[in-house]
Order: sequence, then structure tokens, then C-alpha cells
Amino acid sequence: MNLQGEIPLDYMIVLSTMLFFVGLMGVLIRRNLITMLMGIELMLNAVNINFVAFNHYLFPHRLEGHFFALIVVAIAAAEAAIAIALIINIYRQFGTVSVDDVDELKY
Amino acid sequence: MTGPKIIFFVLAAAIVVFAILSITSRKILRAAIFLLFVLVAISGLFYMMNFQFLAAVQLILYAGGIVVLIVFSILLTSQINSKLDPPKLNHLLSGAVTAIGGIVLSSITILQFTFKPTHTAAIGTDMRTIGRQLMDTDVHGYALPFEVISVLLLAALVGSIFIAQKNRT
Repeated sequence: MNLQGEIPLDYMIVLSTMLFFVGLMGVLIRRNLITMLMGIELMLNAVNINFVAFNHYLFPHRLEGHFFALIVVAIAAAEAAIAIALIINIYRQFGTVSVDDVDELKY
Repeated sequence: MTGPKIIFFVLAAAIVVFAILSITSRKILRAAIFLLFVLVAISGLFYMMNFQFLAAVQLILYAGGIVVLIVFSILLTSQINSKLDPPKLNHLLSGAVTAIGGIVLSSITILQFTFKPTHTAAIGTDMRTIGRQLMDTDVHGYALPFEVISVLLLAALVGSIFIAQKNRT
């Protein structure tokens, strides 16, 4: 369906702003590496909403935002895989995934 | 209130509420499930904006892939019944001030700006158009990013196997 007359673009962008800052707050207040990763995923998704909304509302004759969002999703998948490999390695080394306890570079 | 508006507000409320629950829940597995709800609601938004392929990718890759990966790593690294420590007061305070200040400032800026609506006809977002453009080398083609992303995914695969390897010399 075409949302042009139904929902203003501002609503979408305010929604994605809220999601982005909630994700940022998650990264700031959490001390566990996995939950910080979840905050980063929330921020990436907020950016995706922005790309798709601008594509749908302002440039409907092209698909640029759509492909950007696709690429962001692929990079998020790669990033999550690397991050989880690192987290598992850190857990093996230190026995914890809390950023307060992981404070040595050399072991 | 029309139909799409109601659906949009339900989805938006679900996204914001579950996102806040996901960053404040003290049981880590519940936080992952709330993240899953956020991702499914976002895929609903993509459906509303006519991007069916992207919505399906969002469901498969995020809800089916990344959340499962996160749940796996939770099960590998923490006890299932243990609660996370509550955040320290100064962390909570600074985080909340940053988030609320950012939301207010950005929202004021966004609402002051008027976006010019466009009247150009929309391109179809069916699979044929998407596939043609993804593999095209013309002006609107995305063959190069597509190939670059495949190399990146291969590098991430090899890298994560190497990092998580047990006995490396």
C-alpha cells in the first residue's frame, strides 16, 4: 500500500530516532557484552527504518534505500558472527562476559 | 483513524515498548526474546511500505539467524537462571539523559523540517525488478556492492572460525 497520504514521513523518522536512542542507552547502561551487542542491533535496525522510509516516501522511482538496507542487514549479520566469536573467546579466557571484569589486554 | 494508521501505531508502540524492555530486562534470555519481537515488528513496517523482499530478509536473517546466534551465545556463556546486576545509578542516569536529550533534540529538528512530497510514479518492488537491479551493471545496477558483500561475508566466516578456534598455536 502507499502510505504517502496516510502517515507522514515525520512519524517514521521520529520512530526510528526513538529506537536509535533506546539502542544507544542499552549500550551505555548494560555491562554485559551480549546485551551491548543487542543494543547495537537495535541501532542498526533504526537506520534501516530510515533508509526504507526515505526510499518509500521521497524516491519511490528508485530502489536505492532498499538496497542500502539489504547491505546493512548483511553487514549486521557478519558483525554479529564476529562479535559472538570474540565473546566466546573472551569467556574462555576470563570466565565472564562483563566488560568491568575484562580489563587485561595481555593474558 | 484509518486502517494503515492503526497498524502503524500498533507496530510503533510494539517496537518502542519491546526495545525498552529488551534493554532493561534483567534476565538475559528474556532480553533476547524482546529483541526478537522488535525485529518482527520492524519487518511488519517494511511490509507496510511495500518492500516484501526486504521484510522477508529481515525475518529470515534477523529473527531466524542473528537472534538464534545470540541465544546460542547466551546459553554458552551464562547461567540461565542468573539475573544480571542492575545498572549502576550513574550509568543509568547518564544513559537516560543522553537518550532523552537525543530524542528531544532530534525530534525538534525533524519536525521543523518540511519534506517535499514527490509525485513521481513508484517503481514496482516485485522480485523481478529487484533481481534485475541487483545483478545489473548499469546506472541503477548494484552488481559491485553485491559482489563486495559476498567477499565480506566470506571473510567474516573465515575470521569468526579462526577467532573461535580452540587450540591454535
